[in-house]
Amino acid sequence: MRRLAAPLAALAFTMAIAAPTLACGGLIGPNGAVNLLRTTTLAGYHDGVEHYVTAFEFAGGGGAFGSIIPLPGVPSSVVRGGDWTLQRLVRETNPPSPFALEAAGAAEDRAVVLQQVRIDALDITILKGGGAEIGVWAKEHGFSLPPDAPEVLDFYANRSPIFMAASFDADAAAARGQAVGDGTPVHLTIPTKNPWVPLRILALGKTAGESVQADVYLLTDDHPALLPAPGSKLAEGGLRLAHSDSASAELLTDLRSDKGMEWIPQSAWLTKVEIDAAAADLRFDLAIDASGAGKPSLRDAGFAPFGPLPAPPTWTPLWVMLLVVFFAIPLGGGWLLAAVARNGGGGRPLAG
Amino acid sequence: MRSAAVLLLVLAGLVAGCTPTGSAQRIEIRIHYSHFDPSELTVPRGVPITFILINEDPIDHEWLIGDAAFHERHRHGTEAHHGARPDEVSIAALTRVETTLTFDKPGQLLYICHFPGHEAYGMVGTLTII
Repeated sequence: MRRLAAPLAALAFTMAIAAPTLACGGLIGPNGAVNLLRTTTLAGYHDGVEHYVTAFEFAGGGGAFGSIIPLPGVPSSVVRGGDWTLQRLVRETNPPSPFALEAAGAAEDRAVVLQQVRIDALDITILKGGGAEIGVWAKEHGFSLPPDAPEVLDFYANRSPIFMAASFDADAAAARGQAVGDGTPVHLTIPTKNPWVPLRILALGKTAGESVQADVYLLTDDHPALLPAPGSKLAEGGLRLAHSDSASAELLTDLRSDKGMEWIPQSAWLTKVEIDAAAADLRFDLAIDASGAGKPSLRDAGFAPFGPLPAPPTWTPLWVMLLVVFFAIPLGGGWLLAAVARNGGGGRPLAG
Repeated sequence: MRSAAVLLLVLAGLVAGCTPTGSAQRIEIRIHYSHFDPSELTVPRGVPITFILINEDPIDHEWLIGDAAFHERHRHGTEAHHGARPDEVSIAALTRVETTLTFDKPGQLLYICHFPGHEAYGMVGTLTII
């Protein structure tokens, strides 16, 4: 029996400047902009559990900034990630540049806070709620959401109402001795039957022509089917399959020896997808099917309409209709023709 | 002759339909997914117009109406919060605000949200005064 199902990787970073802003004129915080660099994420899926490892890295500035990341389910744990898992993956797929960690309706109801965790200078909150509820929570907690946030939050909340809000206190990071470029890895363990990788959120707050760059590593039991497939027309040229091969025993052993990475299986398939797209083109997520069925979900990729699943059809099932078309009608017609023939064609006309 | 009369009647009906002159008007402007709806309006001059601004988004917006020079000033920041002037309105997330204005001269004005990135995202509307 297949023990390992599909792999997953996901990551999504959204920057929201929480420093004071003026209403008019696009002024940002007095301490200067805090920029989030290219992000790297590992999503592994094993025994019905998604392991999501990502890192937050800041490129300067002060004050606080944050990120909101949609999740496919409620995490059973949120802990500091291993010290070098992401770097090890980068080295595996980019040998020439070892250890180059690049990543770092009306809301009458309120978002429900499911978990709160402090990791280094990072405050992580797991939330459950609709798009408006998450937006209100973010506003009340100092996030300044960009204008596309209402639509993007609804886009995700209609599929999974679980979000992770991460607030990074750059001043606290500096006080802890964290330097510009240092990352804080976070490891989420998410039991889910439907793993997917949020990509559209990466474009949040960017203008249409701005570039979105990220590396997503997938560690799955088998070769996964992806939707949209990297390089396909659906992917708008924004996804590139940079690596797809059986994970080496050495890599798996190395990963397993990092903190919290005991879940790494004995064998796995390693996929690396590079995202390099204009923000306007990145309007989908990455659906993954590693079950061997080769049928990644249109809905999980963000291509299918959202909302509740349609009610079971009350009309005649298709197979009954086909039965009628192919058997009942010809049989009935044959009987009719036979009846007409029996009458010698000289009886009263059927019509007219 | 008859077709000209029909045309006049149609035009009169159109004008009357959107601009009943002489009496105050109320116009709803919905804000959804950071866009104004409607984004094009026509109003008569000399008539008090009450704009009902309904923010359906979970983020704050503003509705500033004026000419090009007015908007150029606001693009570079004036105040963090508006409310004292009827042509400069802040609308908190998921709230509604009413403001009443009377336009004396015919012409065209723009209504824009000048929060960072909102104008570029498409939060722009046109008001034509006839």
